[in-house]
Amino acid sequence: MITLYWLYALAGITFTLFALFSAFDRTNGKRFGNAAFWGLLAVSFFFGDMLGDLGNGILVLLLVGLAGFGLLGRGEPPTTSLETRFNLSAELGNRLFLPALIIPVTAFAGTILYNYTPFGNSGLFEERWVTLILLGTGVLIALCVCMAWLKPPLVAPVNEGRRLMDSIGWASVLPQMLAALGAVFAMAGVGDVIGDIARGILPEGNIFLAVLIYALGMALFTMVMGNAFAAFPVMAAAIGIPFLVEDFGGNAPVIGAIGMLAGFCGTLMTPMAANFNVVPAALLEMKSQYGVIRMQIGTAIPLLACNILLIYFLAF
Amino acid sequence: MSDYLVLTGILVVVVGFALRMNPLLVVTASAITTGVLGGLDFVEVISAFGRAFNENRYISVVWIVLPVIGLLERYGLQQRARLVIEDLKGATMGKLLLLYLIFRQVTAALGLTSVAGPAQTVRPLVAPMAEAAAEKTHGELSEDERERVLGMSAATDNVGLFFGEDIFVAIASILLIQGIFATYGYELTPLQLSVWAIPTAICAFFIHGSRLLLFDRSLRKTPAPKAEGEQ
Repeated sequence: MITLYWLYALAGITFTLFALFSAFDRTNGKRFGNAAFWGLLAVSFFFGDMLGDLGNGILVLLLVGLAGFGLLGRGEPPTTSLETRFNLSAELGNRLFLPALIIPVTAFAGTILYNYTPFGNSGLFEERWVTLILLGTGVLIALCVCMAWLKPPLVAPVNEGRRLMDSIGWASVLPQMLAALGAVFAMAGVGDVIGDIARGILPEGNIFLAVLIYALGMALFTMVMGNAFAAFPVMAAAIGIPFLVEDFGGNAPVIGAIGMLAGFCGTLMTPMAANFNVVPAALLEMKSQYGVIRMQIGTAIPLLACNILLIYFLAF
Repeated sequence: MSDYLVLTGILVVVVGFALRMNPLLVVTASAITTGVLGGLDFVEVISAFGRAFNENRYISVVWIVLPVIGLLERYGLQQRARLVIEDLKGATMGKLLLLYLIFRQVTAALGLTSVAGPAQTVRPLVAPMAEAAAEKTHGELSEDERERVLGMSAATDNVGLFFGEDIFVAIASILLIQGIFATYGYELTPLQLSVWAIPTAICAFFIHGSRLLLFDRSLRKTPAPKAEGEQ
């Protein structure tokens, strides 16, 4: 069976190559910092399960040290000039899109085939990770197609990948770090304390105000944690279930489903949701790391208001 | 009162982000503060942090797409995306992003959340196409306007994903809601929950969709004349 670990091995190989090529890249004054950072990620992908909890913790501290003290630079691997790109794009035409589309199409068609045809009974893929594994498969197919068709130098995929990777830099592991922070918050009981506070300001007997505090609490706590999944158990246990469902007799599925979506409005407005808000800004090489959030607030706030009204009118 | 001490970690995050310190340092400082004030010793906190980091590796696995995207960029993918838009009649940035919003919401509602994303689709295709479409109707973009177009491209990807995915029954957030309610004795089915994601999905489509079309108009208001002789 192809499991998530195969994908981790693929990521391990990718980061190993990024690290090796970074180490020899004299265009980057901080090349050893980059080599160490990508190298540590390679170690994490290959051997994370063997390092033990403390070992992984130390690995994280090393990553943070490298990034936090400015030891990461940006390599400038050899690539084509803007002018060459214009000429090549005219010459190659719309066929250039095909390899880029192979990745999503493999993931899309593959998942559908796997879920709705007997192919799924083969047990070829680890159930929980089918789409992600197929995404990895798509990457390999697309890579082979590009190499066969465009015949770039053999090292080009590594160098071009590294060019993009360096432009993202430390932000590439921020989402994973925030997920880890969420786990520490849960262990320390941060959620219980927030729940107590939310209950403390809840006025008695007013359904609308209770809905308001539930939905705003979801959005605000999601903004703090960067993840609605961390906020939901807290707000559901503090207000959603005891007050909205039990005391006021609201419809449980509405309160659950739309409560979560109120949290998603918070996700649109916080740098803590780094993979959605900060990483894309880095990936698009925007000037401000808050440039994506700035464009999302105008959707998030009216949508949060809609969610509050939807809960109030649909659940009661 | 001592319970409130664990909230210090949140304060660390807020202050750290506000002071624009390196987010990785801020997050680590917050984890250590929270853990230690929550009664764990230093080694326990580092171990818990390391374990959770390791369990969440799947989040960072998407970077394996970068060599392919980078390779295609080397051969002019972004330039090609722009050319296609320049050739299309009537393709404005707003309409283009509106189409992408529909695509993202529908595929996410079918459970296909990782077929698109910032690395898979926004950087190589959506952002350059949006930029080209904006330049077509508006002329040269100022740096600030370009920043807003790029931001809106990534924002549209997020809105489509967030307010599409919960319509799919087997998505993590739906399973989480089901699990939480089950612990309190409410047996809900995923389908019961996912249908209630539809009203919000519709609201999200109308709110974000109209913002996209308005964005077109706000750009058009200040047309910069094209320089003589420019292609």
